[in-house]
Amino acid sequence: MEKIISINDCVIRFANVNGSGSASANNLFAKAVFRLGVPVSPKNIFPSNIQGLPTWYEVRVNEHGYLGRRGGADLIVAINGQTLRQDYDEVLPGGYFLFDSTRPLPDDFSRTDITVIAIPLTELCNREIDNPRLRQLLKNIVYVGALAHLLDMGLEVFIDSLQKQFRKKPQLAEPNIKALEIGYTYAKDHYPGACLLSIKKSDRAGNAILMDGNSALALGAVYAGATVAGWYPITPSTSVIEAFDKFTKKFRLEPESERRRAAIIQAEDELAAIGMVIGAAWNGARSFTATSGPGLSLMSEFLGLAYFAEIPVLLVDVQRAGPSTGMPTRTQQSDILAAAYASHGDTRHVLLFPCDPKECFDMMADGFDLAERLQTPVIIMSDLDLGMNDHISAPLAWDDDRRYDRGKVLTASELDGLKDWGRYRDVDGDGIGVRTIPGIHPTKGSYFTRGSSHNEYSAYTEDGATYERGMLRLLTKWETARGLVPRPHEKIAAPDTRIGVIFFGTSTHAAYEAIDILQKQGLSINSLRLRAFPFQQEVIDFINRHETVLVIEQNRDAQMRKLLLAESEIPASKLVPILHFDGLPITAQFIAERIRQALAARKSEIKGGSL
Amino acid sequence: MTFTRPKFRHPDLPPNALGYTRRDYEGALSTLCAGCGHDSISNAIIQACYELPLEPHRVVKMSGIGCSSKTPAYFLGRSHGFNSVHGRMPAIATGANMANRDLLYLGVSGDGDTASIGLGQFTHVVRRNLNMVYIVMNNGCYGLTKGQDSATADRGSTSKKGAPNLFESIDLCELAIQLGAGFVARGFSGDKIQLVPLLKAAMSHKGFSLVDVISPCVTFNNTNASTKSYQYVRDHAEATGTLDFIPLRQEITTEYQEGSTQEVPLHDGSVIYLYKGEGARDITNRRAAMDSLESHRVESRIMTGILYFQEGIEDTHEMIKTSQQPLNALQQEDLCPGNAALQQLMEGYR
Repeated sequence: MEKIISINDCVIRFANVNGSGSASANNLFAKAVFRLGVPVSPKNIFPSNIQGLPTWYEVRVNEHGYLGRRGGADLIVAINGQTLRQDYDEVLPGGYFLFDSTRPLPDDFSRTDITVIAIPLTELCNREIDNPRLRQLLKNIVYVGALAHLLDMGLEVFIDSLQKQFRKKPQLAEPNIKALEIGYTYAKDHYPGACLLSIKKSDRAGNAILMDGNSALALGAVYAGATVAGWYPITPSTSVIEAFDKFTKKFRLEPESERRRAAIIQAEDELAAIGMVIGAAWNGARSFTATSGPGLSLMSEFLGLAYFAEIPVLLVDVQRAGPSTGMPTRTQQSDILAAAYASHGDTRHVLLFPCDPKECFDMMADGFDLAERLQTPVIIMSDLDLGMNDHISAPLAWDDDRRYDRGKVLTASELDGLKDWGRYRDVDGDGIGVRTIPGIHPTKGSYFTRGSSHNEYSAYTEDGATYERGMLRLLTKWETARGLVPRPHEKIAAPDTRIGVIFFGTSTHAAYEAIDILQKQGLSINSLRLRAFPFQQEVIDFINRHETVLVIEQNRDAQMRKLLLAESEIPASKLVPILHFDGLPITAQFIAERIRQALAARKSEIKGGSL
Repeated sequence: MTFTRPKFRHPDLPPNALGYTRRDYEGALSTLCAGCGHDSISNAIIQACYELPLEPHRVVKMSGIGCSSKTPAYFLGRSHGFNSVHGRMPAIATGANMANRDLLYLGVSGDGDTASIGLGQFTHVVRRNLNMVYIVMNNGCYGLTKGQDSATADRGSTSKKGAPNLFESIDLCELAIQLGAGFVARGFSGDKIQLVPLLKAAMSHKGFSLVDVISPCVTFNNTNASTKSYQYVRDHAEATGTLDFIPLRQEITTEYQEGSTQEVPLHDGSVIYLYKGEGARDITNRRAAMDSLESHRVESRIMTGILYFQEGIEDTHEMIKTSQQPLNALQQEDLCPGNAALQQLMEGYR
């Protein structure tokens, strides 16, 4: 058997039962890799359940900084009896299978192409750990200790992490450290040199951070000055608001009174959640909500109101696998069309597509500026993979010279000087009127906001010409938005290549890696990463410059491709969909393979004369 | 209805204590049917705001969808208003109130808007004790879609459509008391003498105030067999007690005979004096209030007046301990922690 040999380049998968305390042990492992300076990308693959069902945690270690899922597992730590067979079968040939040998493997587990590492985790815990309540939890730490030896990581970085983690409760660190040592020693005594994967200290991670996208969004909201959040719990967006709650407690408490400079209201449903955001934004506070697909559906009616009455709403959609309840704990990019055109009547919304925690933070701040500048909803399209998994990212940073752009809002003294003010008059030619905030002026600036058709002075009208004028002005505003939203990122591999790819959000890392894979095979591909809707002319130009453009996305129906076609004059045959929608994050191998297939098919089409 | 209203007002219109005349509280011309109870309520709102007095620009008008929800255009033309979507006014009001706790939020809704499509939002805004006045213009039917029964139509009541309502009705006052509202009143659009002080008291109460006003729909639900017709309500209404509302700063000049009134002080120093009739109830007793509503219901009588009152219940801001300053007045300096704090925080993610 040829064992897999690698330094700082492997995939380790943990198979656990959820609710057994494995998450913190697995986190400890991923963080230790990161603290050794090696780029790491952990993915939690978990059920919609609290206790007792299979859950996996997949850690990709990669010196080159490829952070997407790779596919395949070199080492599987199999702690879940329910999935033992599956996990055993899925180890790559030449890979490693670590299991709790307190119960021996069944006889028909007879692969000869993998290395089996048997560690009696339960038995060791029962023997060495006095407190029976801790045994179950510490069993997880024991296998982390074993990995520390098997992967040549040493114990120091783990002990360090535990001490940091339990800084305030050192008595809890002690049994954890003991468990680490038990695992480490057992592996050292029984499996010296058995595992040829290793993780060595490196400086590749630089000053990066390891953070989940939802926390970054919440911090973005704090830094952008959000004060009101209405929300309804839904996976995978809940932790955005939980983090906002935590960070506002840290940063927004008034010293004496302990009162908070933020109001967070758990609503009765998503309809109320977005309604609260609209009410607060209308009244001059920066406000937001976070939801996922089902919530977005419920919010549609209100989004139409915000679009038509022109209220600056910020909405985060942490997408998950739909339709309907779908797979609530699996990832997808499948709300693109629902978000872009949310609500009845003619509506369009600004969308932003972050790809890592840094961009989550930045786009949250930009999103509030855009919403207030444009007086319209802005939807940040994250997903479960970005939101709930830890990602390596450049550290978040705030430019202290940056000022909030609160858009066109009249102050009391500005109102004093005004003669002919109308809420929806387009005085600047950019399609954006001037707002007033209730309560600021005793005689001027009050108006009646409505979702029914209105004239420039916000008075009710059913006059067709006036209605049309208003709707066309909203299109002028849409053009203004096109010039303000974040520009796409282009990477030109070869100026003369006729093949391009387009992708966005969490397909980014896997896509860049796939491009590198194909480049090594002699295929040069230019790429464009979308960061916003409406699309700028340079997106259309990029497509026009190439003969074939592959659009990579994580949904069944090629929603981004459809949106590109709907919003441009590009011939449909030019855009080839690359679709991944099984609910797991897309992998580089998948993309590379599908691109090869698609291009081969296209070549034969051309030969057959069908193009 | 009239199509124009003269702009002229008598030059000697008396100003209130803030220097505003009654016309400063008026709005656009109503487009509702002639004789609509809602117009009487609009007038009562104008009168109450003028008398209290309130500064028009410190009042925010909120509504959902329906005939009732159109009315905010017909009063308080100097106030900001928000006519939102059907049944969702409470969410808009909640958000607006979170943004600025210092304004008076006047929500206007109907029985369809509140008891059917908006029932969920209604119950939750009561539970949170949002500091607002919630006025229901209750006519037991959907006027704007031509007379379908609503969820507050009494079982057996018959509208112009001719078929008796088959379903049990929802009593919004009973529901609000059960959910912890601190001020619950029922009025009748045809009884302005009672309605104006009811509204004034509701506007002075801190926390959630419900004023459910029976407001006959002259076009679709004013039949002999309707329990929401002018005639029926006049015949069956029974006031819990006439009341005087004495605003803060106003000297009490009337002498109340010992034992003849119940004195109910409000947080701002205003006082409600309730005249006790025979069989008078204590309106601060929640269980008694529920019992009374039930016994009146059994006897097909409509109880009006303040049905339940409780001062001092924490409102939403107090429950969640928000800043005393309006959140919409906070500046970037108050809100943004700055880069140094962020970099310190980043250490925890390494």
